[in-house]
Amino acid sequence: MRIPCPICGSRDIREFDYMGHAQALDRPDPGAGAQAWDDYLHNRDNPAGPTRDLWFHGMGCGAWLVVERDTVSHEVTGATLARDVKGGAA
Amino acid sequence: MRFSGLRVLTEGLTGNRGWRPHWRDPDPRPEYDIVIIGGGGHGLSTAYYLAREHGLSNIAVLEKGYIGGGNVGRNTTIVRANYGLPGNSEFYSHSLKLWEGLEQELNYNVMMSQRGVLNLCHSDGQRDAFARRANAMVNQGDDAILLDRAGVRRLVPYLDFDNIRFPIYGGLYHPRGGTARHDAVAWGYARGADGRGVDIVQNCEVTGIDIDNGRVTGVQTSRGAIRAKKVGIVVAGRSGQVAAMAGMRLPVESHILQAFVTEGLKPVIDHVVTFGMGHFYISQSDKGGLVFGGDLDFYASYAQRGNLPMQEHVMEAAMTLMPVIGKARVLRSWGGIMDMSPDGSPIIDRTHIDGLYLNCGWCYGGFKAVPASGNCFAHLIAQDRPHPAATRFRLDRFRTGVGLMDEEGTGAQHNLH
Ligand SMILES: Cc1cc2nc3c(=O)[nH]c(=O)nc-3n(C[C@H](O)[C@H](O)[C@H](O)COP(=O)(O)OP(=O)(O)OC[C@H]3O[C@@H](n4cnc5c(N)ncnc54)[C@H](O)[C@@H]3O)c2cc1C
Ligand SMILES: [Zn+2]
Repeated sequence: MRIPCPICGSRDIREFDYMGHAQALDRPDPGAGAQAWDDYLHNRDNPAGPTRDLWFHGMGCGAWLVVERDTVSHEVTGATLARDVKGGAA
Repeated sequence: MRFSGLRVLTEGLTGNRGWRPHWRDPDPRPEYDIVIIGGGGHGLSTAYYLAREHGLSNIAVLEKGYIGGGNVGRNTTIVRANYGLPGNSEFYSHSLKLWEGLEQELNYNVMMSQRGVLNLCHSDGQRDAFARRANAMVNQGDDAILLDRAGVRRLVPYLDFDNIRFPIYGGLYHPRGGTARHDAVAWGYARGADGRGVDIVQNCEVTGIDIDNGRVTGVQTSRGAIRAKKVGIVVAGRSGQVAAMAGMRLPVESHILQAFVTEGLKPVIDHVVTFGMGHFYISQSDKGGLVFGGDLDFYASYAQRGNLPMQEHVMEAAMTLMPVIGKARVLRSWGGIMDMSPDGSPIIDRTHIDGLYLNCGWCYGGFKAVPASGNCFAHLIAQDRPHPAATRFRLDRFRTGVGLMDEEGTGAQHNLH
């Protein structure tokens, strides 16, 4: 697998650390209640097919990326800087 | 058809013409009392114990592929009871005891081999942690021996004891641990369940779960609708998808774990040896192949195959621990889909839907659990209350924060186990 880092270009997967589904960017309100926080922290759609997850380019530019890829074929179709996604509707 | 030494001998002398299929291949009936989704080790053992211990037989196990095609036939076959935390401790202890009687119980050779599991340590801190774990194991009634460096050397002289990064300080030895033939475990339970009237239906994918007024009424499958009073979900890496059919989102992320086997060699590795610091463990199969593996690839995946970086990492760790392995040639490698839970411990529980039960979250350690998981899940389904050995495997522990079982002490968070 290679990840197309928007800053560094196409890089080997070994340069990145994985942090799970990009739902981590949609942090609920502190007062949103136990159910919302449980959903956020623990529950996952866990899709077989297209997904969006967070990768950290630790051995490159140090940016957090939202990577679009397929969990069945391992195909990577795109990557965006997480800071451009965060808080947005994406 | 019972197996015995005499039977094997007679068949061998008469051209093996007397063997029959070990289980029937029935078409699904329109209705059962209990439907088990998933014909892996856990689904098959659940059906077996439902019939054996609760006198139920109007049961179907629905398997989308073939028996043994999932993780139960892909794992590295290690069986052990060396957990430290209440909840896991009594459960895996229960499981190991069931393993010890399994071949007699099933009249099936599952090649259970209590060759001993040896975990290596490489620092004072790790040795202290092992001492604590060993005490927890002994308190649970299981066996644990703390070995110093010389003790480890007596058992496994072929390791590199003086590696500069990870010199061997000692080890935690668990003599009753070992390995079993994984396919045979699936086949043995399938045969045992079938013999007690359970229908094992292969090539039957569940595509929907029917719910009426908060109560499960049956399932939709690739072979038609099947009504059922109770339904158990036991689909390991596919838990997320099947639970979604009932409108549930689970605390599970599916990840890939790889394994490797070399060409057959003469006996060289007598135990199961684990090198946690290097992410590597190994044993030798009865056929002679060195069976080994390491960590997850560490990204969500349903591919049943891994990538090269983790393969390289595992090979490097192998060479670090036992340079002698450099002469062996890898024959095959493969991957399985692991149902990773946030705290690394499993879930055996009811759901908010009446009659729908859930068994998942086995991470990379569910083979050793096959007997107890089926035993406890059957108890839960039949009696609607948890088996004493599995009271803590609750689904709501993540929401409430009560009773988390984070065996590694890394935090009850995805991607840390
Ligand atoms: C490489 C590797 C090494 C491992 N090593 C060890 C080890 O040494 N020791 C240990 O204790 N554990 C180990 N494990 C973990 C262990 O194999 C699993 O935790 C355990 O097998 C999972 O339970 P199971 O046997 O029921 O799963 P599976 O065999 O995967 O059974 C689930 C079944 O559900 C079926 N299914 C899925 N969806 C549907 C559907 N919609 N309809 C019908 N059927 C469906 C699947 O086809 C599958 O057959 C390892 C796993 C892997 C991959
Ligand atoms: Zn970069």
